[in-house]
Amino acid sequence: MSEPPHRRRSHASSSDLARYAGLFAERTRVMRSSAMRDLMAVTARPEVISLAGGLPDTSTFPPQAFAAQMTRIAQESAAEALQYGPTEGFRETVDCIVAVMGEEGMLPDPEDVIVTTGGQQAIDLACKALVDPGDAVICEAPTYPGAIPVFCSYQADTIQIECDAEGMRIEALEATLERLDSEGRRPKFIYSVPNFQNPAGVTMSLERRRRLVDLARSRELLVVEDNPYGLLRFEGDPLPPLYQLDGGDFVIYVGTFSKILSPGIRLGWLVAPPPVMEKVVLGKQASDLCTSTLTQYFVREYFGEGRWREYVASLVEIYRARRDAMLAALERYFPPQATWTEPGGGLFIWATLPSYIDTSDLLAKALREDVAFVPGQAAYVDGRGHSSMRLNFSAGNEAEITEGIRRIGKVIAEQVELYGALTSDMTAPHMPGGEAEDMGGTDRPNPTPSISDSSEADSIVLPFRKAGEGGT
Amino acid sequence: MKVAVLKGGRSLERGVSLRSGARVEDALERLGHDVMPLEADGGLVKRLLAEKPDVAFVALHGLGGEDGTAQELLEILGIPFTGPGVAACARCIDKVLAKHELRAAGVPTPDWFAFNETAFRELGAADALGDLEQRLGFPLVVKPSRGGSALGVKFAASWYEVPEALVSAFSYDDRVLLERFVKGRELAVGILGGEALPIVEAIPKAGDSYDFEARYEIGRTSFVCPAELPAGQADVVTERALAAYEALGCSGFSRVDLILGEDGPQVLEVNAIPGLTETSLLPQAAEAAGMSFEQLVERILDLALAPARA
Repeated sequence: MSEPPHRRRSHASSSDLARYAGLFAERTRVMRSSAMRDLMAVTARPEVISLAGGLPDTSTFPPQAFAAQMTRIAQESAAEALQYGPTEGFRETVDCIVAVMGEEGMLPDPEDVIVTTGGQQAIDLACKALVDPGDAVICEAPTYPGAIPVFCSYQADTIQIECDAEGMRIEALEATLERLDSEGRRPKFIYSVPNFQNPAGVTMSLERRRRLVDLARSRELLVVEDNPYGLLRFEGDPLPPLYQLDGGDFVIYVGTFSKILSPGIRLGWLVAPPPVMEKVVLGKQASDLCTSTLTQYFVREYFGEGRWREYVASLVEIYRARRDAMLAALERYFPPQATWTEPGGGLFIWATLPSYIDTSDLLAKALREDVAFVPGQAAYVDGRGHSSMRLNFSAGNEAEITEGIRRIGKVIAEQVELYGALTSDMTAPHMPGGEAEDMGGTDRPNPTPSISDSSEADSIVLPFRKAGEGGT
Repeated sequence: MKVAVLKGGRSLERGVSLRSGARVEDALERLGHDVMPLEADGGLVKRLLAEKPDVAFVALHGLGGEDGTAQELLEILGIPFTGPGVAACARCIDKVLAKHELRAAGVPTPDWFAFNETAFRELGAADALGDLEQRLGFPLVVKPSRGGSALGVKFAASWYEVPEALVSAFSYDDRVLLERFVKGRELAVGILGGEALPIVEAIPKAGDSYDFEARYEIGRTSFVCPAELPAGQADVVTERALAAYEALGCSGFSRVDLILGEDGPQVLEVNAIPGLTETSLLPQAAEAAGMSFEQLVERILDLALAPARA
């Protein structure tokens, strides 16, 4: 076969682009800054130690098991595995899901479960079914960075509620609900990652879980509980999921096989009461008709072998050691002004630096040392989080983690020292770097509106521990 | 003709460079050239030596590509290349050096101070900051000296915000400048072979004023070309842009960014190798002058191959 002369798509001219620009939907106006995207593009260089991703470690999945499963599928179910499937997913996949949820004490009605293309699609489908442009959606501050583009694409008015060591602050949530009430508005749902939250690593306390569920029930509000990490608990007793506490009336549950098996199979699920499910199924039909049948067969085979609990346990061992390595490295290499969370599971640690360090700028400096992280701003819709960073400990081994943290610590130390040199003689009564500054009244041009609201920049109170002091 | 397109690299503007490069490759193919895409990495020189292109189209932005580094290599290898030469690139990429050259040549540019990181770390330069209010006034703009995009550029509304802005700017370079903030209209003049293209004005949409990032998002900034300016004023803008291009020794093509404030147009910076993406300003200006992207690319190549680099 001869190759066609032009294999690549021709690029548009600027007038073409202007013509398209007039056609773009409002929802394509994403929040994420292009500068951040360009920075993140550089993190993909192979020599960079990336603590930026959220990749689970898939290297220990036994290739023989993989091969055997695929062989069985090919020999026994080739035609079905290559065919379309039901929009809701196969009953056998749902049985696996029920088993996984049962592990955390939940007993969903299989009729309430839909298999989705990853947990990400479950969030998307919940929005598709519930959110009109301008509707209020409530989430945590910081929140899962991947949820923000979804909320934005449905043009939600996203409101973020601060977290502390016990997760979302419920009294702050109540105050927000009151305010919305007074404006005659009702949020479409409250999105929460209660276990080992992405990005903050915090876990919502039992008392807060109860209060959140009660609040949802008494106000008849929906909660979307996203629980990718619940089974990746390194220590302590599991807490009941919101779904279990509520019984599934007001809590929509999002789960995934990504962190307990593989993100590459793109298999997640959503559990919702029947009236909501009806709309979700319609949305799913419109999006992609059904989730990959081939990977649903893969999950069925995998669960049929009955070793999934062992595999999750082995992941927990690996990640615990990596978390410990990261905590030890933070203790050793981060300056005393830095604080960080100590997650009891999951994939992420959230570190906060003195407020005069902007972590987006710090990333540029860190990249020269061949190390990357996610700047905290990615976890906010309003530009907060500019002095925080998300650090992933699941993707690299202990040596890489330690070296990565050493390099980040080095660039932070340089910035801290520089700031010290810059301010040593400044005797003004009110210096940046400590408390949030008052910007009141100044006619200040704002190069990055994202950081304009620094009065709130550091109001997030997470379970900080200062380096060199004992744990909390 | 065999044309190597240099793109990518390790700079923070890698993403823009890849988009510029891909678009240039398309245009070159349509023009019937033998196109050789080249990622600017460790194997660059080896491949240039092996392939011996007739000319190199430098679609690199930022450090390593727009600062004279790649140009130096191409000169050593004897391969003609597009855009300004080594010295002009080195002057343009360094905003402090460029501003000195501009001022020496009588081209207006906003007042500034420049500092090395060493000056603060070792020489106690912080003590000199007290004069800022008198000399530059507030707000002022803090910028890394080298770097093409808006990364690290911060405003300081008062003295108290200066250290924080400096820490950010020093994340990108060990030299920064503090520049008087000039309120005015943002203009860009593309220059092709010593001739000015129509003036482009960047108008941020409501609510996005002074958002540098808006420049890179379709729909958040509107560009008007030719900019609506009284004839006399447009002439002054063009004259100053050409004077800046000359003063920095540019050749081939470049883009001059200006701010049109109460005191007339002042030059902010010169981009030695401006973006050539779908949203970039120079191609838009060329189009306003009736020149297609292919024609623009062909002209840039011709200029690179002209016997004397002007």
